[in-house]
Amino acid sequence: MKTTSSQAPVIRVRGLEKSYKELQVLRGVDFDVVKGSVFALLGSNGAGKTTIVKILATLLKADAGAATVNGFDVATQAGEVRESFSLTGQFAAVDEILTGRENLVLVAKLRHVKDPGAVADELLGRFSLADSGGRKVSGYSGGMRRRLDISMSLIGNPPVIFLDEPTTGLDPQARLEVWAAVRELAAHGTTVLLTTQTLDEAEQLADRIAILHGGRIIVNGTLAQLKALLPPAKVEYVEKQPTLEDVFLALIGDTSKNGDAGDASVGAKD
Amino acid sequence: MNKHFFGDTAVLLGRSLRHISRSLDTIITTTIMPIAFMLLFVYVFGGAIKTGTGNYVNYLLPGILLITIASGISYTAFRLFLDMKGGIFERFQSMPIARSSVLWAHVLTSLVANLVSIVVVVLVAVLMGFRSPAGPMAWLAVAGILLLVTLALTWIAVIPGLSATSADGASAFSYPIIFLPFISSAFVPTATMPGPVRWFAENQPVTSIVNSIRELFDGQAVGSDIWIALAWCVGILMVAYVFAMAAYRKKIA
Repeated sequence: MKTTSSQAPVIRVRGLEKSYKELQVLRGVDFDVVKGSVFALLGSNGAGKTTIVKILATLLKADAGAATVNGFDVATQAGEVRESFSLTGQFAAVDEILTGRENLVLVAKLRHVKDPGAVADELLGRFSLADSGGRKVSGYSGGMRRRLDISMSLIGNPPVIFLDEPTTGLDPQARLEVWAAVRELAAHGTTVLLTTQTLDEAEQLADRIAILHGGRIIVNGTLAQLKALLPPAKVEYVEKQPTLEDVFLALIGDTSKNGDAGDASVGAKD
Repeated sequence: MNKHFFGDTAVLLGRSLRHISRSLDTIITTTIMPIAFMLLFVYVFGGAIKTGTGNYVNYLLPGILLITIASGISYTAFRLFLDMKGGIFERFQSMPIARSSVLWAHVLTSLVANLVSIVVVVLVAVLMGFRSPAGPMAWLAVAGILLLVTLALTWIAVIPGLSATSADGASAFSYPIIFLPFISSAFVPTATMPGPVRWFAENQPVTSIVNSIRELFDGQAVGSDIWIALAWCVGILMVAYVFAMAAYRKKIA
């Protein structure tokens, strides 16, 4: 990891500090994200993950420190930074009253892309929403809404995508759908900064994981490096019980395309 | 980035207008209260109110139109609040667009929605016997005054729309504005009111606005009221705009 990448990082954060009144949320955060990788910021509720994303997304100003996205400074080149990324918020920011297709066309027009209608249709197909594109979003399931949200982020092909807790509040099946969508992004070479509260999600998706705690990054590395920090694993023989989630997914017959990726471990097979 | 201001505003205006066309009930509920007041005052109280003019519907309509606008702008605040709360406001602010067009689209939507409500209320008034000898120029002048009032009240509505923490809080500010015409020359002449009430009624913005519109509808020459009315509207507009922009800057950091 020291010399693997000769490129400058796409996201570079140095000494970031932010306080809300007396509450100091960030106390000097440093990290880099390499082009085309998926980077997970892991932390408990209130650790400051969303604050970092908001600062990178030019929605909030840092008290101290510096951050660049795609080589542009978030404080002084906000316009160029906004050309470089898309944000998918913690609470799916889609327009409930419009249809799925109208949402995509709206964002396509605001990003000034050519032929917004064709862009919308292509994304509806790519995220398995073609059949529901003409329906109002208020009737969508949580998973469909989040997939629409992520597909909206792709319009205009921004090199960087911020996903703020993309699976919070979703049921297990919808979570698998979103994971598949994130893998799809990474496969297309997009750099993804992901925040999550669950280790499971970071483990499933991320090339590198950073743990945010007490306003600082306390660990930053690959999954293998993080695991190496713990004492070596002991071998114990324990009967593998299916988790309630495994049972749930087996019973409803998990049909999402995710199965072929090999990580939707359906308990019945084990 | 401002090269896209007009285009982005038009796109976002189209979005808000689509919201309105899909929830026409907001236009209907906006017009129900003013129409109910009109029915109540014309057919219940009207017989006992002496205004010195023959046609009470003619006397009443200017004040009713102000109540229509006041109840219309509570939806402006409500729509803005929903965008803030739903996260779509942040999505727009994080995109490479002219940022202020998000706010301007809401303001323009408010003007269009209020225009529709006003047309509906005027048509109901015509059914109830409203007649005006006013020529095209006078109607244009009335439209101009109502536009200015809507614009001023819309920028007031932007403040709670941006800063409210609940939907009720976002629209509650409109109640005092809806109530203001009752203590003015909108329903009864101010001459019969007791001293302090009369002083308030004659020196608050509604009376000068109502008197100006009434004179224009009656086909009369407008007196000095029009200048007082315009001064109020422009003054309220400027103060509200300053506070709204302060609330806006606080939100986008």
